[in-house]
Amino acid sequence: MGTARDVITLKGSAAIVSEFLCYAVNSILFQRGIYPTEEFTRVKKYGMTLLICQQEKVKNFIDTITAQLSNWLETGNLQRAVMVIASISTKEVLERWNFSIETDADALDKGVTQEKSDKEIMNDIQAIMRQIASSVTFLPNLEEPCTFDLLAYTSADSKVPPTWGDSDARLIHNPQVVKLRSIDTKVHQVEALVAYKFNEEA
Amino acid sequence: MDLGFAPEINSILHLRIPTQNSIHPENKTWISDRFITDRSAMDFNIANYMLGAKENNCSADSSVHSPSEEEYKKQLAENLLQADNGQRKSRILAFKSKPPAGFENDSRKLLYTQNVATGQMKPRKVFRHIPQTAERTLDAPDLLDDYYLNLLDWSANNVLAVALGNTVYLWDATTSSIEELLVVDEEGPVTSVSWASDGKYLAVGLNNSVVQLWDSQSLRQLRSLKGHSARVGSLAWNGPILTTGGRDNLILNNDVRIRDHITERLEAHEQEICGLKWSPTGQQLASGGNDNLVHIWDAAAGAGGSIHGPSPYLHRFDDHQAAVKALAWCPFQSNLLASGGGTADRCIKFWNTHTGACVNSIDTKSQVCALQWSRHEREILSSHGFSQNQLCLWKYPSMVKMAELTGHTSRVLHLAQSPDGYTVASAAGDETLRFWNVFGAPETTKIKPKDVCGGLNCLSHIR
Repeated sequence: MGTARDVITLKGSAAIVSEFLCYAVNSILFQRGIYPTEEFTRVKKYGMTLLICQQEKVKNFIDTITAQLSNWLETGNLQRAVMVIASISTKEVLERWNFSIETDADALDKGVTQEKSDKEIMNDIQAIMRQIASSVTFLPNLEEPCTFDLLAYTSADSKVPPTWGDSDARLIHNPQVVKLRSIDTKVHQVEALVAYKFNEEA
Repeated sequence: MDLGFAPEINSILHLRIPTQNSIHPENKTWISDRFITDRSAMDFNIANYMLGAKENNCSADSSVHSPSEEEYKKQLAENLLQADNGQRKSRILAFKSKPPAGFENDSRKLLYTQNVATGQMKPRKVFRHIPQTAERTLDAPDLLDDYYLNLLDWSANNVLAVALGNTVYLWDATTSSIEELLVVDEEGPVTSVSWASDGKYLAVGLNNSVVQLWDSQSLRQLRSLKGHSARVGSLAWNGPILTTGGRDNLILNNDVRIRDHITERLEAHEQEICGLKWSPTGQQLASGGNDNLVHIWDAAAGAGGSIHGPSPYLHRFDDHQAAVKALAWCPFQSNLLASGGGTADRCIKFWNTHTGACVNSIDTKSQVCALQWSRHEREILSSHGFSQNQLCLWKYPSMVKMAELTGHTSRVLHLAQSPDGYTVASAAGDETLRFWNVFGAPETTKIKPKDVCGGLNCLSHIR
């Protein structure tokens, strides 16, 4: 039975969550059409086919950020990671993908390890990925070229690298909110949520 | 042997039933690519707070809250909305360099099809030239300038019948030859003409309440139908049934084949009948009167109508504010009737005669004398009186005015459509007949009108 139950450490959990965020961001980029379809390649991950952006600058950007997010996750400083999709021309925020992260206090302070099988975590992640893919059915079409950005909500006392700077929350005025599923590694609990600008006249 | 097997099979069945049930365990993993909302995914606390917050914002100006109340609200907001960072203040950080912008070109459109036509999906739009002037003008001396009569009809054999005073003339549109069909003296003037569907027989309503039936080929009178007590201003054919409407407020269905020709009396109007039209299927009759009413009658239901009181009509439309002469059944949509009202009304109204609902109504700013649907496009032509005496072509159902044809100098009382459906003849109080090519032109194959023959003719050809 020891093989079936996998021991989760804080570091391991941080790796899982940051990797998930990386794939989720890529998936959203593809599904919402932020970059052209040709820029994406298929990879097998979490028992499903996911699309990863191959454009060098985008890749670097996401990799750098997820590396830093992973650091913050390990110290329990990351409270929320937010992907913002905004119009290029008007700078208006149209969508906000919110991943709220709760770190287990025991694992953080006392280094307690938790047990949860890879399979269960994978199923959680699969479910969210599928929801992201199916979200195009209820999200309004992005009618204009858009860009994205990633925001990290950290605790006030966290170490901030010089390449990072303070930002405003870039909230949407009068948003529609749809809660997605969550992932629980027993160390980190990630709640996903998407908020989008709702056009009354549409 | 058989006996030996039977219980064995039974036991297998017994075993299978429970195992099949156990295939569906409660802890079935959730695998689906559909997004299904469920209540557990909704945050009712936040939702409730947000609703309350909105209300409070609205009432903030009028009512003054106590400071403690405000403080409580603030705390509530913090606890609910920033549950994970309410206590420990968080910093919002962003990476200083930004990702490259999404591409300006429209490649993202490849991802999902857009059902809103953006440009490349534009439907084929052909602009049809609508001639603004009449193609031909004929003199029609002594044409009565009476709104309540119906003096023009175009047959399936391409012959136009027009009643001028006491005379009915036949103008053959293929050869442009004119024949005088009949002249009446003290019975006249002629108050209505209508071709039977085969184009051979013409019904003629007279001022003295008699309806005459004429053979247009031998130019002979076949019979006369009596039943009205005042002039017969409107006629409509439905197969062998000739429906007549008179100034005696009465609608009669006459079967022209039998001696006792009156098969039905429809009494519901309180004044002169001036519009009568059978639907293309022959199942419904629309009648319009000087009492501002439109009635829809069911062809099947009528026969057993009551003797006392008003006959059982299907629908009564009393929305018009003036006499309804213009009636036209839509050729491409069943149960759709267009009706136009007189000077005090000026509206064209569209009715679903199945449900009795008024589908649309537009004010034309002028008396509506006649209506004709196009058989080729979704368009309807209306003719008007004062002040422009014009013909209007409308797009249906948008009712955008496509063209306004002027030329007549008095109200355009009658409209008739050619058998090919491309030309419309109009007769006006200025004693002229004008022909308009409003419904386009036959493009590839010109239908020879002589080939369009009535049912009886066809039969004789086959034999």
